[in-house]
Amino acid sequence: MLCQRCQERPATIHLTKVINYEKTELHLCEICAKAAGNELGIMIEPNFTFQNLIAGLLDGDFLYQQPDVVTQLTCRNCGLTFSDFRNQGLLGCGECYNAFQASLEPLFRRVQGGTVHTGKVPRRTGGRVRLLKEMEQLKHQLQQAIAKEEYEKAAQIRDEIRRLQQQL
Amino acid sequence: MSAGISNDFLPEWVRSEGEVSDVVISSRIRLARNLKGFPFPGHAGKEQLEQVVQRVCEAVGRTGTFAFLPPIRLSELTPNQRLVLVEKHLCSPQFTENPAQRLLIINDAQTISIMVNEEDHLRIQAIRGGFELDEALKLANDVDDFLEEYLDYWFDERRGYLTSCPTNVGTGLRASVMLHLPGLAMVDQIKQVLTALTHVGINIRGLYGEGTESLGNMYQISNQVTLGHSEEELTNNLKGVCKQIIEQERNVRANLLKESRLQLEDRIGRSYGILSQARLMTTQEALKLLSDVKLGVDLGIIPEVKKVNIRELLFLTRTSILQKVFGREMSPAERDYHRAMIIREKLNAK
Repeated sequence: MLCQRCQERPATIHLTKVINYEKTELHLCEICAKAAGNELGIMIEPNFTFQNLIAGLLDGDFLYQQPDVVTQLTCRNCGLTFSDFRNQGLLGCGECYNAFQASLEPLFRRVQGGTVHTGKVPRRTGGRVRLLKEMEQLKHQLQQAIAKEEYEKAAQIRDEIRRLQQQL
Repeated sequence: MSAGISNDFLPEWVRSEGEVSDVVISSRIRLARNLKGFPFPGHAGKEQLEQVVQRVCEAVGRTGTFAFLPPIRLSELTPNQRLVLVEKHLCSPQFTENPAQRLLIINDAQTISIMVNEEDHLRIQAIRGGFELDEALKLANDVDDFLEEYLDYWFDERRGYLTSCPTNVGTGLRASVMLHLPGLAMVDQIKQVLTALTHVGINIRGLYGEGTESLGNMYQISNQVTLGHSEEELTNNLKGVCKQIIEQERNVRANLLKESRLQLEDRIGRSYGILSQARLMTTQEALKLLSDVKLGVDLGIIPEVKKVNIRELLFLTRTSILQKVFGREMSPAERDYHRAMIIREKLNAK
């Protein structure tokens, strides 16, 4: 549906007024609604969430350099296009993370605490990742044991690491 | 009249005060998970969402450990019943806005809730009264491990648990703590605290989540980032920040007692007076005055109300809860009347 006033942009704000049992409906775009805010007696405050900010953050560097290449990207699994993502701030499926990898990477650097997951791994399906994480922890423990000169404990940890290595 | 309130109705976080209850109301952990192979809820069709619902129901049906109640289809609830779930912090306001193909699973004690098909397929939540983030994390992790026995999650070696919004990816963890900060508010230090928090990746909001102002001096603080740190690191970081705020709040309270005890006693006494005598009480006024009385109870200024659980009153006087307790829709004037009555009864009980 197009905005009733400008007939150009899509209507995103739908207003139903009931005055003395008389009902009127208005369908406006955000810009016209803002302009009409005073006469309608309503305040339209943009709901400032991450979804609104994401467009700005994504446009920052990558898109700026190669706008055509990036905006035409599509997730092969779910069909979400990069511009859909840019507008909504939400991804369509797990595969989107690969499809839009190049522009997500700088986004993570800005809004996240890092770009690589270091936390929990699913117990049943985590498989190899889980073993690798366990090994990292054991290596850390091994160093600590050596530093404290607890050689017996260190030997046990070393054997455990070997066992895990064989499983990999 | 308040006979309708049974103990079962009150969620555990309201009933049991938990640790550090003079400042901390509740602690919450939320984990976001998605089922492999299915598009995320915002991009999925009706049938796919229904399949997700079925799979989760099957998985949940296999356990006896968590004492889950029968799954609740949101579309089968009245608007007031949905609001009650929001007030109990069992689901988000956004979850109730569009009830189709949405399911809520809760346990007996109302400490666990699983929202199905919110922004992600699964939002596993654990909530505890007081400052008990570790316990909440353990509970949420246990539920997560159990569900993962039967469900394949969308997980990636590098990015962790994949979520609809890239701000949740990685751990999918949001840890939040609800704090009562009347002291800091009284001496106008809240703004400084808020500004400081944003520098360390911590988010602060009013009582009912994003965009709501802080009513009754309640503030919800939570971690902002989800990727690049482990669950324990994120939770410990939040705990550390909370401890600082708690200490500051306690210092301010002690100082107020020392420097301006009479003014403080006067303010709290007035609020207590109004609450124990008024015949009409709006939500906003109740929240404001109950905040004063809670402060008075925590500081030992009004020993006569020591046995009253103020958080229970804060909960019971919410509009949807009132309507639930009295079993019918009420006009605003009726609600103000019944709200005042419940508060009077509880405060004047011998």
